[in-house]
Amino acid sequence: MANVIVPIGPHHPALKEPVNFRIVADGERIVRLELDLSYNHRGIEKAAEQRDFIRVLPLLERVCGICSHSHSTVFVKGIEEIMELEIPPRARFIRTIIAELERMHSHLLWLGVAAHEVGFNTLFMWTWRDREAVQDTLEEMSGNRVHYGMNEVGGIRRDLTPSEVNAALARLPHLEERIREYAKMVNDQETLLIRFKGVGKLSRDEALAYGAVGPTARASGVDYDIRRDDPYLAYTEVPWNVVTDTSGDVYGRTRVRIGELQESIRIVRYCLENLPEGPVRVNAPKTAPMGEILSRYEAPRGELAHFIRTNGTDKVERVDIRTPTLANWTSVALCLVNQNLADIPVIVAAIDPCLSCTSRITVVNSKKRTTGIVTFDELRKQSHLRASMQERR
Amino acid sequence: MTDPLLTILYILVFPGFVFLLIYSLFIEFLDRRVTARMQNRVGPPFFQPCADVVKMLGKEVIDPDGVDRRIFDAAPLIALAAVMTAFLCIPVGGNSIIRFQGDLILVLYLLLIPTIVLFLLGWLSRNVFSAIGGIRAVTQLFIYEVPFFLVMLAPALMAGTWSVSEIAHWQQENAWFLLLQPIGFVVALVCLQAKLERTPFDIPEAETEIVAGPWTELTGRRLALMHLAKYASLVTGSALIAALYLGGPMTPWVILPVWLGWAAGFFLFLVKTLAILLVLSSIKVATGRIRIDQLNAIGWKYIAGAALVQVALVLVMNFWQVGI
Repeated sequence: MANVIVPIGPHHPALKEPVNFRIVADGERIVRLELDLSYNHRGIEKAAEQRDFIRVLPLLERVCGICSHSHSTVFVKGIEEIMELEIPPRARFIRTIIAELERMHSHLLWLGVAAHEVGFNTLFMWTWRDREAVQDTLEEMSGNRVHYGMNEVGGIRRDLTPSEVNAALARLPHLEERIREYAKMVNDQETLLIRFKGVGKLSRDEALAYGAVGPTARASGVDYDIRRDDPYLAYTEVPWNVVTDTSGDVYGRTRVRIGELQESIRIVRYCLENLPEGPVRVNAPKTAPMGEILSRYEAPRGELAHFIRTNGTDKVERVDIRTPTLANWTSVALCLVNQNLADIPVIVAAIDPCLSCTSRITVVNSKKRTTGIVTFDELRKQSHLRASMQERR
Repeated sequence: MTDPLLTILYILVFPGFVFLLIYSLFIEFLDRRVTARMQNRVGPPFFQPCADVVKMLGKEVIDPDGVDRRIFDAAPLIALAAVMTAFLCIPVGGNSIIRFQGDLILVLYLLLIPTIVLFLLGWLSRNVFSAIGGIRAVTQLFIYEVPFFLVMLAPALMAGTWSVSEIAHWQQENAWFLLLQPIGFVVALVCLQAKLERTPFDIPEAETEIVAGPWTELTGRRLALMHLAKYASLVTGSALIAALYLGGPMTPWVILPVWLGWAAGFFLFLVKTLAILLVLSSIKVATGRIRIDQLNAIGWKYIAGAALVQVALVLVMNFWQVGI
């Protein structure tokens, strides 16, 4: 049978956000994947250059609805490092608590979505119900369910009261039990096993070569976690383990995420029980000295990097956001080859794609009605041009 | 029932068309409610299925470009009509009004029509999702239909009759086929689940892959009728299994007067069909969707194998006169 092109997207029920796949298929077997990512360019990086450090945080939090705390934390972490600011330990712990709660709600959401993609709606409903407990905790702590608004340069904006700490601790045992149940389910449930096992294989070498990050990489046996390898916040002071798996398929990614859920509960419990006393913020200067920094952070989906360049004013000169989804896309294109057409939704969902956060730039030729990409060489040329312009200045 | 008026009442009102429609809507409510409760949701109110149908009947009917409107209108009607006709052959209280040697075969073939209609709809829709869904529906049909026919015919083989009502009677005098042919009962339930395209066999309408499959382009009254046909098939299918494997509406001893016996039988019918529905809903809640190639492997290796074993066992039992 000749190769046919199956278009999926930009609007498709399996996709919650706009993206366009062109699947080249030979019958039910996938030969190649062509990706068209940028349907939702929002100009956040440019907008971030126009706001001072106080006003830029609400904006950056809105890069992503799920990892909102990740984006603001990675940014303030970078700015604090440029300012050489040491934040109080209590603020560090509370940031860690929020970060791990965020990871929990993200992974529970993912588990539901993955189950839904293979038509197992019961697990979908159950995980989303249990996710509410995490969201309630977050709402109690920060006042918001999605965009917590906890971070500011120099610390956090809201302290935790003892009653909030106790309420959060009281919710953990139930969650722990439910997560144990899901871990059992993923290992026992026959229909999940036959849809997850051996689907979307990514070997360790491929994961390294294609730059996969986060649970996607760890499921392929890449022992790499920013929280341990480039520690920040309170992760050096808390006992926890990096979860890896060797199977490299969707099943492995599920197991890694469930393992991380269990680790997150441990971290949150430890932080809540050992919350240091003291202030939650220090006064930060209005402006940051000139500098460049690559701030890295382990978001729920993987390594998130903000490249920040400051120029001595109260605004950043440039912030470049590399979301984990962008790093994982190429591995999806690889995973899909030789798989069944029916497995596209679950393989794509397995990296937990966050498409609108990923959208950076698209080259549109409106006359010819085509879109294109910028090659690496063209990018290099542009950066040389920019460097020489700066020298002249 | 020689009175023509009674016959017409039987066919049109009770336990014919009107009863079937009401019972289908009730079964749909129960199915959705039970599913919702198991998934820790609230579920729809009692009226919801009825309200859905009324609303959909009143909605605009949209014709996709280049679709033959008349066939598109007729197809859901044909599906519903086929299922309703099949229901007439199945005993609800006492014997069914339409019964003859071979009505079992008629019922089986009539129950096959909705799937064929789905394939037709998918093919006619001129939509890639519908077309894939339609092809999947037919592929799946070839997998589950053979074992389904085999296990439906196994009771007939043992009872020595080809009439659904008489098979039910035979069980009244001997034993339920659930006890005599347990493998067949399980295979029948699994195949009915596949026939109704419910999880884990909802491959033709896999939402995350192909939108709604053949249902994608259905709107308004077409959708309402097709929806009704699906739940009417659920009722008819469970009633058929109840009649063939659970002794149908026949009471274990004769109850007089006749109307009371009939009412008791009707009550048994309700209990048995609802029990089957609960099993089917539990399967739906407890599983995810499998892939068509996996279904192919499982279907031919295990389900068809089990059905063949059951038929072979029946032949052996017939030879040694077990159970007769």
